[in-house]
Amino acid sequence: MAEKTPLYETHRQYGGKIVEFGGWLLPVQYEGILAEHRAVREKAGLFDVSHMGEVTVKGPGALAYLQKVVTNDVTKLADGQVQYTPMCYPDGGTVDDVLIYRYGADDYLLVINAANIAKDWQWLQENAVGAAAALENVSAATAELALQGPLAEAILAKLTDAPLATLGYYRFLPSATVAGRPAMVSRTGYTGEDGFEIYCRPEDAAALWEAIMAAGRPLGLAPAGLGCRDTLRFEACLPLYGHELSAAISPVEARLTKFLSFAKGEFNGRAALARQVEYGPPRKLVGFALTERGLARAEYPVVADGRRIGTVTTGSYAPTLDKNLGMALVEAGYAKVGGKIAVEIRGKEVAAVIIPRPFYKREGKK
Amino acid sequence: MMNTPKELRYSKDHEWVRVEGNKATVGITDFAQSELGDVVFVELPANGVAVTAGKQFAVVESVKAVSDIFAPVSGTVTAVNDALTDAPETINSDPYGAGWIVVVELADPGELAALLDSAGYEKLTAEGGH
Repeated sequence: MAEKTPLYETHRQYGGKIVEFGGWLLPVQYEGILAEHRAVREKAGLFDVSHMGEVTVKGPGALAYLQKVVTNDVTKLADGQVQYTPMCYPDGGTVDDVLIYRYGADDYLLVINAANIAKDWQWLQENAVGAAAALENVSAATAELALQGPLAEAILAKLTDAPLATLGYYRFLPSATVAGRPAMVSRTGYTGEDGFEIYCRPEDAAALWEAIMAAGRPLGLAPAGLGCRDTLRFEACLPLYGHELSAAISPVEARLTKFLSFAKGEFNGRAALARQVEYGPPRKLVGFALTERGLARAEYPVVADGRRIGTVTTGSYAPTLDKNLGMALVEAGYAKVGGKIAVEIRGKEVAAVIIPRPFYKREGKK
Repeated sequence: MMNTPKELRYSKDHEWVRVEGNKATVGITDFAQSELGDVVFVELPANGVAVTAGKQFAVVESVKAVSDIFAPVSGTVTAVNDALTDAPETINSDPYGAGWIVVVELADPGELAALLDSAGYEKLTAEGGH
């Protein structure tokens, strides 16, 4: 039975086309994926991301615990800062990729992927045995909106006195008031644009949605669904768990080595990941552009020199670039930019060339 | 509200057929384009190929979905809407007009009897379309 977010009825009122995603009923689109994609790149879009999971980690051993379960160096965080990090199994495979918010030296929030909540919660608890850290799964008590796009700050500023203009990228305000409701606001997102993620109580979510829409409509804000969330993150080459990362795909293979800290000491997956960095991983994630007519999709085979060398992880029409692009996990020897590969589409080989990632990067990134 | 022109015939696979003499123009319905969402790629058959009723003859891809297009009638393709290659979104904006896909010379006009009229197709889509 799929779950509903606190905004389910709101999505229906706004004409959202509801689909099931990761066990949740959410809008794949309202007006259309391409129109919503354009709105986020040029003006702003509002997403319901309440399906995301949240886990608090508190106590004198919270930091030591996090240092063990995630790959990045959590000691680099100051209060009010956010960090992106993979979380790995001992073999280097990926449990999930998460955001860590530091509220205080002994007080953290992990934001985890919706489809992974049950698995992550079990994994986090297993690893907490003996740690002086208290974990709580607050997913059901937390709603989340994402306001994304170049006009996001101008729109949100109409609804809050919080100092948004001075809030840097990957920084957050733990106790802001937005449209009269308590909220945590971070300058984060999953679209490749500037923007904010707004965490609130479930009972405040619909009122916040309406207030943001009312403030943003005159500026071109559009309600935005999961469809464009995927095309936006794809153009920015942000990984999606289950595609670019999985239990069988390590962060080294996914080219996320800058989010691994071997200097910090022991952590889950350290030895396996260090070996992959030293000797080079057998497979690497690449970006590619089709040079013949076709559209690549996840799971399509990648071939070169007359044999299979990999698999497409995400493939799509890239709306901002008006090109048919993809990401693929290929044998490391074929990962060079400029290399010629082919994608097998309905039994036919369609030529492609490996191109640099990301495909899209906004101007003047904060 | 979905547009379902009265003068057309419809397949259960959401294709429409406009019959003129022994030729049938074929496209996908307003319901189908709406379900698919923004169409971004079309794979068309070659002119002159034979198509068989119920068999796949083209592919329409939206941002999120790959959809096989099935021939509603058997025959020989006598015209292909090549304009869709550069403007696949025409299928969204004008599914019964400029968004046509092929013209088929009918091998067996008797097959048309198996297709739905507009009322029958509206009933099908009202029931969920599958």
